[in-house]
Amino acid sequence: MARFGMALDTTKCVGCMDCVVACKTENQVPEGFNRDWIAYQTDGLYPTLHMEIRSERCNHCDQPPCVECCPTGASHVEDFGKIVLVTENECIGCKACVASCPYEARFINPKGYADKCTFCNHRVEQGLDPACVSVCPTHCMTFGDLDDPQSAVSRQLAARRHHALKPDAGTEPRIFYLT
Amino acid sequence: MDALSRRRFLKISTATLGLATAGGAAGPLARRLAARAAGSAAPQGIRRIPTYCSICFWKCGAVATVKDGRLWKIEGNPDDPLSRGRLCPRGTGGVGAHFDTDRLTAPLIRRTTRGQDEWTAVTWDEAFAYIAERMQTIKAKYGPESVALFSHGIGGTFLKHTLQAFGTPNLTAPSGAQCRGPRDTGFNLTFGEDAGSPERTDIRNATCLVLIGSHLGENMHNTQVQEFADAVAAGASIIVVDPRFSIAAGKAKYYLPIKPGTDIALLLAWMHVLVTEELYDTAYVEKHGFGFDAFKAEIAPYTPEWAYPETGIEPEVIRATAREMARNKPSTLVHPGRHSAWYGDDAQRSRAVALLNALLGSWGRRGGLYAPVALDIPAYPYPPYPKPARGVADDPDDKYPFKLESISTGIREATISGRPYPIKSWFVYGTNLMESLPNQAETIEAIQHLDLMVVVDVVPSEITGWADVVLPESVYLERHDELNLNWFREPYVGIRQPVVEAPADQKPNWWIARELALKLGLGAYYPWKTIEEYLAYRVTKAGLSFDELTQKGILRGAPQPIYFDQGVPEEFPTPSGKIEFYSLQLRDKGHDPVPKYTRPEDPPPGAFRLLFGRAPVHTFSRTQTNPILDDMMHENEVWVNAGVAARYGLASGTYVRLKNQDGVVSNRVKVKATERIRPDCVYMVHGFGHTARRLTRTYLAGASDSRLITRVKVDPLMGGTGMNVNFVTLELEA
Ligand code: SF4
Repeated sequence: MARFGMALDTTKCVGCMDCVVACKTENQVPEGFNRDWIAYQTDGLYPTLHMEIRSERCNHCDQPPCVECCPTGASHVEDFGKIVLVTENECIGCKACVASCPYEARFINPKGYADKCTFCNHRVEQGLDPACVSVCPTHCMTFGDLDDPQSAVSRQLAARRHHALKPDAGTEPRIFYLT
Repeated sequence: MDALSRRRFLKISTATLGLATAGGAAGPLARRLAARAAGSAAPQGIRRIPTYCSICFWKCGAVATVKDGRLWKIEGNPDDPLSRGRLCPRGTGGVGAHFDTDRLTAPLIRRTTRGQDEWTAVTWDEAFAYIAERMQTIKAKYGPESVALFSHGIGGTFLKHTLQAFGTPNLTAPSGAQCRGPRDTGFNLTFGEDAGSPERTDIRNATCLVLIGSHLGENMHNTQVQEFADAVAAGASIIVVDPRFSIAAGKAKYYLPIKPGTDIALLLAWMHVLVTEELYDTAYVEKHGFGFDAFKAEIAPYTPEWAYPETGIEPEVIRATAREMARNKPSTLVHPGRHSAWYGDDAQRSRAVALLNALLGSWGRRGGLYAPVALDIPAYPYPPYPKPARGVADDPDDKYPFKLESISTGIREATISGRPYPIKSWFVYGTNLMESLPNQAETIEAIQHLDLMVVVDVVPSEITGWADVVLPESVYLERHDELNLNWFREPYVGIRQPVVEAPADQKPNWWIARELALKLGLGAYYPWKTIEEYLAYRVTKAGLSFDELTQKGILRGAPQPIYFDQGVPEEFPTPSGKIEFYSLQLRDKGHDPVPKYTRPEDPPPGAFRLLFGRAPVHTFSRTQTNPILDDMMHENEVWVNAGVAARYGLASGTYVRLKNQDGVVSNRVKVKATERIRPDCVYMVHGFGHTARRLTRTYLAGASDSRLITRVKVDPLMGGTGMNVNFVTLELEA
């Protein structure tokens, strides 16, 4: 069974937010909320600066605290690709998962349930890339099976320097940033 | 004007093409559509309609998806060479234009004084009757030339046609004198051709890319951004010159934090290094150059040491970057930029950019500036327009011999002065003149002289508030439009077609233009009844299938040569027939034959030079009410150097107002305290600070740079308005 993850090339990313917009329209994310977002990290003093731009979202962690803390089991790991999902009608909106996520990836949808990135499982099941990956004008994102050493994402991770976010949180995130 | 040569690009006749090749039956979209037709994987209630985007003027090929009758999403058309199957964030968010709740819904006629924004909703027929009657009166009294059109984008095509049939030569656009006009003049004077739109920049094959103020990645001209990312990934040397550490600067090998207004000094020093160290493409220059020795003598004094105190760029850096460019020649592209109306010396600065490209031999070469091609689709055979009795009113004293387009601000001036003759009516299409022209007070003054002002728009923008008649246009997702026949890397044609119906009584531009023409008794100029008839005529006449075009959205021709070494004729339609290192036409009109540097004025103590630019999620001042794009960026910020902000005690997020040298105060705007800008300037994203009340979603969100641009420096070559010449102070919010 696959274990999906993503590699994002920060050297190509221009932070244009196309991924954010695409997620919004594809998944009809309500106004005022986003399932992915851009982080700009600037270090140094003018004019000697270094900037890293990252498209961030739920890390679909291998050790997801949001699943562990869910009192109803609504927050769960799918068999399909080990995607972390929320079963909307089982969620009571208690926000435990929102608080537990070190990446602030979750929000409470105005309809009352915890909401976040689904890796566009409805698309992936059809053999498509997640919406964010498929629209990116810089082609900076690669999605695929981390357990398959031949997948494009595994090959990129093998070839390039990369880091994940908050490795110390012990969540074992599956989104990697190529530098 | 006649001193300049017209561009002579290659037009590809469809007869010789073997069309239906690249984007033909084998294209990915065609394959998917075919699969759908065969009844396979098509989900319930899904329709996919190819069209092309109009959130900006780039015109990317797109496919919109409608789910159960409701517009769902819009994606790039994989068959489109321009979008390569991917839209920019604005294009992806384009669906929001359809759902925008601030849209105009019915034709409006002004009820009270101009600018009060009080209206009576009327029928289309009443609106046309009102307009036509006033136009006839103006024509009888002042002549048909007294009607002017300001437009932006391809949607203005048919209104232009109607007004030319009416008899006016006064068609203009802020995209000239306020935007790319200076650049086009500078390149035309040098190569005899301009940089084009989309630009003929071979970014993806450049091994060294020089960006001077071009903020690719924030400016989302889709193809260019895609190619920029390709170039970065391929390891190209990126050199960025900008007072602000732009997104592109973050990808650069060399970032040059230049003092604003001193670009010509840097360009001269770069050329000095290339020439004195003999690093330029000597064979190319010898073969194609005109006046090189005179040019060489002119630039002799401009050493990097001379440029250092002007620009703030160390001599070693100037030398190192010049050598880097030379190492990669001819695949070094010094990007011509696009918005170039900065400091008033802009056509000459653009000419210096052109000359630097010439020294590197990049014009006509791979990784430089290629020779674009287009499909030759015949125009519709209209009767000839009446010949206007008087010429364009934009430049009565012939002050600007090197303009390539009419000067929008010149038409405004003529409207105020009545010279060379009165301008009594403005039509405004697709451009919010209050934000796109500098010096708002002058625009308002000009409007007071009009007997008729008609604005065609999709939202109640600031300029609609000043109109006598407002005509609500359907958005691009709801209408047909003119064919997209870009000059590009390869020949192709794209079609825009309706995806969903307009939500209220909005109408497409072609219908508006045609109905108005009929009311004016100009029916002979509209022999076609529907736009499909018009489009089908042209496409069929070119030997293409209209059905195929409507199905695929794009038809591509076979690739053509675009570089000299592929057989593109090595020709330069300048007066000398060569690349003009030394320009006799400039000299003859009393201008510098080789660009010269003039030191810019420094901001007074405590003041900052106001710079403006773009954000990737908005186009000009026209997308702020799009609910999706508004959700991405609701207001702009004023970028202030972190050290300066600390001195003022300003934290990011604090609201301030900007006050310019003429005492004009902006709307309140958040401070962004950042290391990413020089201490002597501040920066804002253009398009915010709306003051039109009916733009409810964005009303008073952020501040308008345009409102602070009360001063311009006029380009002596072509009448462009350099706008980065305003100084502001920061006023703390009480
Ligand atoms: S660049 Fe973006 S907004 Fe402009 S036409 Fe292309 S997709 Fe549309």
